[in-house]
Amino acid sequence: MNAEEKKLTVEASLVNLDLVLAFVEKELEAASCPAKIQGQICVAFEELYVNIANYAYEGQTGECIICLCISTDGNGKRLELILKDKGKPFNPLDKADPDISLSAEDRPIGGLGIFMVKKIMDEVSYSYQEGFNCLTLVKKWIVE
Amino acid sequence: MEIFKENNGNELVVSIKGRLDTNAATGFGADMEASLVEGISNLVLDMSECDYVASSGLRVILGAQKKMNSLNGTMVVRNVAESVMEVFEMVGFADILTFE
Repeated sequence: MNAEEKKLTVEASLVNLDLVLAFVEKELEAASCPAKIQGQICVAFEELYVNIANYAYEGQTGECIICLCISTDGNGKRLELILKDKGKPFNPLDKADPDISLSAEDRPIGGLGIFMVKKIMDEVSYSYQEGFNCLTLVKKWIVE
Repeated sequence: MEIFKENNGNELVVSIKGRLDTNAATGFGADMEASLVEGISNLVLDMSECDYVASSGLRVILGAQKKMNSLNGTMVVRNVAESVMEVFEMVGFADILTFE
């Protein structure tokens, strides 16, 4: 088992969305993550990053710290991706799941982002540590 | 992302090229709002060159479906990539959109 942690700190802003997605994709690519799983992870990561960029600092600016660690065990890989911000304590995972059986007419617009994160990732957890909101995402895959 | 539109009378064909991420969805939403007006009875959304849809993109697609319903029109989504169809299935869109 070996692992190396990569870290990126950016101003939490939609302007930096391409930059943070490229950071995550580069590491996934280097770890031979299948394209399909890469896409899923990026969708989940984007949802949480965008939430932080839009809401964490309530109109002010602040940073988002992204820590990424991919460990290898035989031909299995395990990604741990952590997003941190210094906004008010807020757990986005508390949000109730949407009713996805409703018709187009009855469906509210929105509310799908966090639900997608929970469906895509193997584990999702929230903690508040030393002034930081910390969201930890885990995804595992097998290298063929 | 780029959006290409072709207007054939009462039918509007919209092709999305590239990632429908949060930033792209903002422009796409504004474009759809301006384009889906009285007189359009059939919207075709061609997704053959789109392999990534964030939840903000899903909002725009659902919004377009609702708008077409309110216009008593139809909406068809075509050439959906496998990765995008998985997202549609995950959120129950596979049941509320019409595919060809």
